[in-house]
Amino acid sequence: MEIYNDHKKLFTAALCFFLLLTFFVAIGPAFTSQNNNAPLPGSKPLNRLETAGKAVFIAEGCVACHTQQVRNVDMDKVWGARPNIAADYANIIRTDVWRNTATLMGSERTGPDLTNVGTRQPSNDWHYLHLFNPRSVVAESVMPSYEWLFDIKEYAWPNDVVVNVPDDFKKGITGKIVASYKAVALVAYLRSLKEITLPDGKPVPIFLYGKGAAEKAGAATSGKGVAAKPEFDGAALYATNCQSCHQGNGEGLVGAFPALKGSKVVLDDNPEIQVTIIMKGYNGRISEGYGIMPAVGTNNNLKAEEVAAIVNHERSNWGNSSKKVTVDDVKKIIASFGKPEAAIAKK
Amino acid sequence: MKLKFYLTISLIGVLLLIPGAAAYAADVLKPDHAFNTGACIIIAVTIFLLLLLLLWLIRLARGLKEDEVAQEKYGDKWIFRQINSLDAPQLDQLISRRNHRKKAIGKAKGGNNGFTAVMLLMLVFSGLAVQAQTAAESKNVLISPGMIIMLTLIFIPLVVIVFLVTLKIRNLAVKTRYSRVKKETTELVKAIDDDDAVYEELIKRKHALNYRLTNNELAGTIEAEDSKGILLNVDEVHGPRFFASKRKAAPKHQTDPKLVKLIMWYLGSAAFWLVLGTSVGEYIGIKFVSPDADHISWLSFGRLRPVHTNMVFWGWSSMAMLGLGYYVVTTVSNTVVYSIKWGYYSLILMNAAIITGSGMLMAGINNGGGEYREYIWPVMTLFAGGIVLSLANYIKTIAQRKTREIYISNWYIVSAMMFLTVIVTVGYLPFYQNGLGETIVQGYYMHQAVGMWFMFFNLGLVYYFLPQQLNTPIYSYSLGILAFWSQILFYTLIGTHHFIFSSIPWWLQTVAIVGSMGMLIPVFSGTTNFIMTFRGNFNKIGRSYTLPFYIVGILFYFTGSTQGTAEAFRETNLIWHFTDFTVAHSHLTMYGIIAFMLWACIYTIVPRLTGNEPKQGLVGAHFWLALIGLLFYTIPLMVGGTLKGIAWRDGKPFIDGVVLMTPYWLWRAIGGSLMWASHLVFAWNMYVMFSGHKSHPDIRKEVFEKLNTIPFNAEI
Repeated sequence: MEIYNDHKKLFTAALCFFLLLTFFVAIGPAFTSQNNNAPLPGSKPLNRLETAGKAVFIAEGCVACHTQQVRNVDMDKVWGARPNIAADYANIIRTDVWRNTATLMGSERTGPDLTNVGTRQPSNDWHYLHLFNPRSVVAESVMPSYEWLFDIKEYAWPNDVVVNVPDDFKKGITGKIVASYKAVALVAYLRSLKEITLPDGKPVPIFLYGKGAAEKAGAATSGKGVAAKPEFDGAALYATNCQSCHQGNGEGLVGAFPALKGSKVVLDDNPEIQVTIIMKGYNGRISEGYGIMPAVGTNNNLKAEEVAAIVNHERSNWGNSSKKVTVDDVKKIIASFGKPEAAIAKK
Repeated sequence: MKLKFYLTISLIGVLLLIPGAAAYAADVLKPDHAFNTGACIIIAVTIFLLLLLLLWLIRLARGLKEDEVAQEKYGDKWIFRQINSLDAPQLDQLISRRNHRKKAIGKAKGGNNGFTAVMLLMLVFSGLAVQAQTAAESKNVLISPGMIIMLTLIFIPLVVIVFLVTLKIRNLAVKTRYSRVKKETTELVKAIDDDDAVYEELIKRKHALNYRLTNNELAGTIEAEDSKGILLNVDEVHGPRFFASKRKAAPKHQTDPKLVKLIMWYLGSAAFWLVLGTSVGEYIGIKFVSPDADHISWLSFGRLRPVHTNMVFWGWSSMAMLGLGYYVVTTVSNTVVYSIKWGYYSLILMNAAIITGSGMLMAGINNGGGEYREYIWPVMTLFAGGIVLSLANYIKTIAQRKTREIYISNWYIVSAMMFLTVIVTVGYLPFYQNGLGETIVQGYYMHQAVGMWFMFFNLGLVYYFLPQQLNTPIYSYSLGILAFWSQILFYTLIGTHHFIFSSIPWWLQTVAIVGSMGMLIPVFSGTTNFIMTFRGNFNKIGRSYTLPFYIVGILFYFTGSTQGTAEAFRETNLIWHFTDFTVAHSHLTMYGIIAFMLWACIYTIVPRLTGNEPKQGLVGAHFWLALIGLLFYTIPLMVGGTLKGIAWRDGKPFIDGVVLMTPYWLWRAIGGSLMWASHLVFAWNMYVMFSGHKSHPDIRKEVFEKLNTIPFNAEI
């Protein structure tokens, strides 16, 4: 054919074909997406400190291991209350003249997703320890240490953020370990990452491939009748929600996170205080150097069944043995201080 | 005529079946349907079988036509030709027939009736076996009974129809051939009875057939001696050798020394970036096992990862490709390169981009986290400038070509260069990249960079180097054309399959999945083309040190690309996305396909350009270290990635997935070390090929030349 003997025709044809397809799958949809999505009403732009923190996040290449996207599949439920929609990213614009927009959605989840980390893990103390050396709070972690975001000082100024690093991870550092501006900014950025509730009337996308659906389908086709009620695994829930601070052995970290092993609160046969702390947080031991406990149960949308499983896990492990609680007990306690939904609405 | 009609119908039928299967696959991809790997495999196998069927039909049609043409062409001599094709018992039969002068004309014994029967029987059984296999596979892998039923319902009639049509055509072909053979044989028998000349010929042929060699004709009892000085390298080997010695490279080509030097600069830079880039990769791989290896900001994982990926992308692969491209483009155009100078400018720009880009990434200056788009735009402009210069150089070279047609390699190479320019421009222009626009462009950018640049360019190189090394033409130009256009069509669409289930429009995700499905067409046609080019030359692999690289490259081209398709489906993406499986896949393709093909081309051409061969044992060491390393690297990551995805799906705590990966990450580090070691060997081989170590004959030549200049009475 003639076209294969004429380089102008051949290469022009190939280029035009490619350009056409490029407009169809890349440029066109990108324009549409950019122009047809407005930021959600509840979202607020990053403040100066948080913006500086995002710059640190980008510079350190955190996106290599941390995604920021809750997909509409069931397994992503742990990372957010709802799947992300295009509007969630609408207020992210070009960083500056040198650098492109950073939605930081990522493509690899070697570490946890960070879409909602501000809600899930609001504790400053934990973040600083974790950044200084992740192994100090999560023994199995493979995240790099960001030691260079911290300064070593002989004496700390009143405004300095001093990090109480366990001795094992100090590696001969004798002075005070103080978070630098970069570290403060980075933690501020991480804490600003929160999923926003969709405004009323906007349909919330659903999570696909739910376990419930699969089980239902299995039950219907196998004809065995109702599938067994899902058991809540206290150990797994503890690992997901509590372990990063209170540790797998329940001993906490001296000077940062109190031990649950032998704790008065856990050994108390009346679960009221324990459940209340899980649902509402706690700041009663700051004087001893311990950090503020966030309202983990409320932040992570834990159901009464899940809270009961966690409580019972704490009550029956590491030598603890106190009275187990029932789901009804937990429900009663939660009811006594108002519904968790009300708490979310307030936030 | 009837036969031709049937053949055409069935060809169309097979062609229709391919998109049919693809459409079916797209149909089941809706999120509420359970769809998984098993189905992909079955569909892939089916399509491949259909393609094979198509090839077989084409061959069949061609064979019949050739027979017909042959008979017409030879006319009178036809009978003599027939005699030559008969065996001794058949000749005996004919002779005795003539001697007995039987009146009635019996049915002559056809040559291949029995064979036909066996073939038919085998076909029936293989058909049944295929059917049985399909059923068994579905039972194993598909969980929901509804899916099994649906798949079986769709596949059984499909397989049966294809089978029946095949049988029908085959029968028709057999009948046609049978009647022709019968007619010919009858004519032959008549001719023998009537024509004495033919009989003479028959007797002569019988004597010829009866002749047996004594098996002693060429042997002798005398010791081997080369008294005329004709033979070189008389090398008698008694007993088996542990390492078979491979063939030497062909003698040096007559290439413009200036061009050779330019190519060497490209390949040398490439080898340098390979060693450096994979050293970085090796180090960050070790960091998974030992995260506290260092606490230095410039060497932290997050900063080094893009250094590694960009360095091996733009440094190693791209530069090696361009260097080899300079050879291919000029050679197949049968002309000289348009401008050597432009080549050097291009090289300098690209190297500058990688040096500054890597430094900036380590200092924490990057473009915002999109993979392979980490260099900021001023750096990438340098790189793109280099590409555009070389592109212009290539096109100008092709414009002054001495051949009429443009060889297929040049389509691929020039298109890849044009496409990369477009891709980089689209990826870096800011006008549509706010919010999710960035992600949509990112999907396009990262996948086009892989598929339309590396893969496309490499295919172009292989279309030249593989036939050249095998000393045989490429199997089919048409398949090459099909692969070319279908790859542009489908590959461009699939970028967003990196963001399945994300917030980008659902239709765009579906387009990407369908495109990934469609990629089977260029991959299967490309693979078929290469394998068929190898046909009849497989014995050469054992005697060559370059062909194993090609074979591995082609093998991974097939498996790696098909794996990409399998990963794109929603059901499989659910498990594999975000896990280490993706890392394994990218190494399987960028290393298994691209790097192996590049090495194949380099080992093919560099010895011919410089006249220096690497040590065969070291090339072997490079090959085996790289191959075994790659397998140690990828297989554990695929297994671990799958387990991790399943753990996530089952709602296990996140940290469980990290703990689970520990042994697999260790295996990855081990595999990575082997790969890295192989690159050191490669770098040494490059050095040897470039200059340093001359091969024995060359040294001897030089020594003798030196000897001439020394006075006879001088002490040596």
